[in-house]
Amino acid sequence: MIVRILGEGQFDVPDSDLDRLNAIDDEVVAAVEAGDEAAFRDALGRLLAAVREHATPHALETLDPSDLVLPGPDTTLAEVRDILGEEGLIPS
Amino acid sequence: MGLMQRLSTIFKAKASKALDRAEDPRETLDYSYERQLEMLQKVKRGVADVATSRKRVELQAQQLQQSQSKLDQQAKQALAAGREDLAREALTRKAAIGQQLASLQAQHAQLEQEEQKLVLASQRLQAKVDAFRTRKETIKATYTAAEAQTRIGEAVAGISEEMGDVGLAIERAENKALEMQSRAGAIDELLASGALDDLTATSDPIQAELDRVTAENSVETELARLKSEVAGQVGPGGGDAGSLGSGAGDAEVETEGEST
Repeated sequence: MIVRILGEGQFDVPDSDLDRLNAIDDEVVAAVEAGDEAAFRDALGRLLAAVREHATPHALETLDPSDLVLPGPDTTLAEVRDILGEEGLIPS
Repeated sequence: MGLMQRLSTIFKAKASKALDRAEDPRETLDYSYERQLEMLQKVKRGVADVATSRKRVELQAQQLQQSQSKLDQQAKQALAAGREDLAREALTRKAAIGQQLASLQAQHAQLEQEEQKLVLASQRLQAKVDAFRTRKETIKATYTAAEAQTRIGEAVAGISEEMGDVGLAIERAENKALEMQSRAGAIDELLASGALDDLTATSDPIQAELDRVTAENSVETELARLKSEVAGQVGPGGGDAGSLGSGAGDAEVETEGEST
């Protein structure tokens, strides 16, 4: 699968990592919903580390959309809320 | 839905909006390409803006360093003149400037980072735009409007995500540059008014106390150092610093931190 880290570009990550990533992603979501900046930073840091563990850069000259998109490492809770917009994490 | 999935959906929704706009999907290709070229211009302007802010911060840091050496000099003169109170005042100001300088340098490093990120982002976008241009010509030459639709959708979705990413990077970098500019403006004013020591005021009382203690300690250390230096200059037969009266006329030490 292709994973984009905002501000860094796209990476190829093995599909077999998806469950592991989703588990940490749930923690990120919980922190965003609780408005807990420290927990958010911590969970996001671990999620990014988990992605990078088996990631290789995706070829630049392609036009493939990503399967997953992640905020970059120094993103704040407020910035994530900004990107999510008014709907927050609830899908429209 | 998880965050990673949600963000991906947001980017895809933006792409499909772009696709819905045109009657003939092939028009979308040209429209999208124009937007891409605009975005490339924008990111290049962003790099230039951030570089301008960075240079301004560098200039201010230089000015602060000059003020520091000037105050250092004044403190020496004051001590030589036996005016320990004036020396203390100068060193207190110097310590306050040192704190400003440290925070300015931290922010300078941040700006440099944002600039670097934008440069890389513009390189990534350039690669995607080149790929899109090639794909665009192929699609237009080879496919009918109906056939082209899927392929256009793929191409637009791919580039649109990159554009969204770059857009966020620009916004972020420009916010940082703006923050820095208002701060730089404040420091300029303070440099001009000579009121830099007011800057130690902070909204966090504990930090304020810590800063004060730190500044006090550094003043004491510097004072001790200068005293030994001055004693050294006077030499064995020279008596105490207080009677160093030959140049008494210029004992009037300027401590108002006039700007340089």
